[in-house]
Amino acid sequence: MTRTRNLYLIPYAAWMLLFVATPIVLIVYNSFFDVEGHFTLGNFQKFLTPVYLRMTFNSFWYALLITAFSLLVAYPTAYWLTRTKHKQLWLLLVIVPSWINLLLKAYAFIGLFGTYGFVNSVFEMVGIGTQQILFTDFSFVFVSVYIFIPFMILPIYNAIEELNPSLVYASRDLGASPWMTFRRVVFPLTLGGVKAGCQAVFIPALSLFMITRLIAGNRVVTLGTAIEQHFLVTQDWGMGSAIAVLLIIVMAVIMLMTGNRGARNTIR
Amino acid sequence: MKKNGKLAQSYLVVVFLVLYAPILYLTYYSFNSAGTMQGFEGFTLEWYKEVFHDTRLFIIVLNTVVIALLSSAISTILGVVGALAIQRVRRNRPRNTLLAMNNVLIVSPDVIIGASFLIFFTMIGIKLGFTSVLLSHIAFSVPIVVLMVLPKLQEMSPTLIDAAKDLGASGWDVLTKVVLPFLRPGIFAGFFMALTYSLDDFAVTFFVTGNGYSTLSVEIYSRARHGISPSINALSTLIFLFTISLVVGYYFLTRRSSRKPDWGVVQP
Repeated sequence: MTRTRNLYLIPYAAWMLLFVATPIVLIVYNSFFDVEGHFTLGNFQKFLTPVYLRMTFNSFWYALLITAFSLLVAYPTAYWLTRTKHKQLWLLLVIVPSWINLLLKAYAFIGLFGTYGFVNSVFEMVGIGTQQILFTDFSFVFVSVYIFIPFMILPIYNAIEELNPSLVYASRDLGASPWMTFRRVVFPLTLGGVKAGCQAVFIPALSLFMITRLIAGNRVVTLGTAIEQHFLVTQDWGMGSAIAVLLIIVMAVIMLMTGNRGARNTIR
Repeated sequence: MKKNGKLAQSYLVVVFLVLYAPILYLTYYSFNSAGTMQGFEGFTLEWYKEVFHDTRLFIIVLNTVVIALLSSAISTILGVVGALAIQRVRRNRPRNTLLAMNNVLIVSPDVIIGASFLIFFTMIGIKLGFTSVLLSHIAFSVPIVVLMVLPKLQEMSPTLIDAAKDLGASGWDVLTKVVLPFLRPGIFAGFFMALTYSLDDFAVTFFVTGNGYSTLSVEIYSRARHGISPSINALSTLIFLFTISLVVGYYFLTRRSSRKPDWGVVQP
């Protein structure tokens, strides 16, 4: 190719500068100001108080739980999906629910988990009796896992599809049991997909706020909820920005640790 | 490869049941004349009538569609320009910087994107409403389009362009008659991806939409917070049907364009 001036770069770089770099710089800048607009480090100091530290711990704990459960459900699903007839069609059927608006699904669970909802009537029938399901930690984790499952299944499915089947045959021929083949051959070779899936679930799970509001009824307060609260309810943008900045730092660390691949875009 | 055993099959069935349960549940109770999500009283189409007579809802649906189409069209153009720009940067360092910048918005949690855009729009004095929502949807869609187009661009052999130039094509001809037709699958994929992201987005929109302007997901959120309203059920059924018809349409479209039977592929 001849050396031509890269005219395309101007609009693109300008756009990225304006809509990627500037907002981030602004959010960092904002985190150093209090409500009255004075320069302060107080926001970060406030973050180090037990209230916020517990919130941070909670967010990570829930995000970890959500990721772990998603993986636990998604891996067998993906594994067995690759071995069905018409697997492309089945895979599509897994993806379709992820196209339905997240809020509609959360809304459905309000009905399903309600005091007189479907789940409780089943409980009633088998004799467990009505339970409080909505507004508990369980319902929060369950709904989140439900929402993230397709994002976990897809990268794992792709990784298993890429696996050369002759490796599995070789391992079986050499006398490994099915479990051993899975543990020593299949799982290590699909670890890339697992990582991508975990990343696609963990980061959004850290900042969920609509589900905490709708399903967990403000019982679970995550960093995402706190940011939303500070920006839209109490209007304390400085504190909200400070939390956001810390979340960005944590995210960057996670990305560096797992190798940065835009995993979220592997679906839809 | 081996077929699945009984256990695997029942596991998959359970996963699919859980995946579709909320959607079917919503649909079922959209016909409930009692107007609740428990105790089916009698069949009615009243809620559908209500949805179709709700002008406010109609305007909101219109807003959502307009934003989605406009933002994905503009972001597709910007994204193609961006991909061409990145492709032309030959040196590794600036190229990686550009790619990293591109990935920032893809991996950021929605809450942070929303919060930083809220600060950004307030600072530069854009009134919250249609413009701010449109701009932020374009902003988070551009990187997705770039990622869909770039691999296609790298796949393209440079000899194609050399040949076109040898045969006397001008720069514009090369772009419109050689490069863009080659990129078409990537461009379409990027456009649809941007469309679904825009239709599905809640968190970012929730931050940057001011008073008086609303998209569907924001509206559903505010209605769902007030508890169960049967018109949401009817609406979600309609959205679900629309999604399914899109998927079926897409399925037949891809089937016709590629003669290869890539649906229900042969087992390796």
